[in-house]
Amino acid sequence: MSSKLLKPTLTGLLAALLAGGLFGVGLVVSGMTQPAKVLGFLNIAGIWSTERFGPWDASLVFVMGGALCVTLLAFAITPRAGCKPWFADSFQLPTRYDIDIKLVAGSVLFGVGWGLAGYCPGPALASLLRGGQDTLVFTACMAFGMLIAHKFTPSQKEAHGQFKK
Amino acid sequence: MHPFVQSALGGLLVGCAIWLLLASLGRVAGISGIAAGTLVPTKGDSAWRWAFLGGLVVSGALTAHLLDTPTTVLRPLALLAAAGLLVGVGTVLGSGCTSGHGVCGLGRRSGRSLVATLTFMVSAMATVLLVNLYRGV
Repeated sequence: MSSKLLKPTLTGLLAALLAGGLFGVGLVVSGMTQPAKVLGFLNIAGIWSTERFGPWDASLVFVMGGALCVTLLAFAITPRAGCKPWFADSFQLPTRYDIDIKLVAGSVLFGVGWGLAGYCPGPALASLLRGGQDTLVFTACMAFGMLIAHKFTPSQKEAHGQFKK
Repeated sequence: MHPFVQSALGGLLVGCAIWLLLASLGRVAGISGIAAGTLVPTKGDSAWRWAFLGGLVVSGALTAHLLDTPTTVLRPLALLAAAGLLVGVGTVLGSGCTSGHGVCGLGRRSGRSLVATLTFMVSAMATVLLVNLYRGV
């Protein structure tokens, strides 16, 4: 763990606001905020029989592909030993490499929820103000679920550490 | 614009947002992790999370308004509530979601994130298949 987290400056908060804003624009443009499109992508049986299951929507392959083009580059060149982020003391990146049952079981549960609703956390939040009671209920229950999971797995604080190379 | 081109463009923007947060604050933009961190706060580590989420919520609404994006939800409310609960519990247990594992984690070439991404993709696809079979499509 990093020794101390300094309060971010106003500039740092503006950068976070801008990053969140850009993230939201990207999600809406990409189609991820439309559950019908997401469920269409998850509907792989549609590849096998469109008549029976409806069409498969390949769009999300391009969303992930587009995003990965940038992040593969970003994580390869930005965090460097001896370098700092613009407005913070250190890079705080995940440090765990082990694959445990919690990772797999949690991902299974998340997948079931995602497949039921067509919403994952980012798109649900980006749709919060326009999705009516559907997104409000989904997001409230998601927050409640996060609290419960934290309560019953007290050591859940993410392992993040300063970047070393 | 072809829908695939638009999707790729949206993906590129998401990638740029992740790069911006990494370069400016040195943080990984996993939405579930950022959100959970506001609910169980660590001192001095909350403000940037609220700023990021505020930007996401407001810009999501503005962009959807400008592009007139439909937000049709296909499921009954009780099912959405159960789904939300599963997503909340699952992303905390599994340490991430589509953005944290699927885009940031794979971008960092993390094996943990590859396992998580494959797992929730398969589990979500199986769920959609079962729902479709149950509804007798």
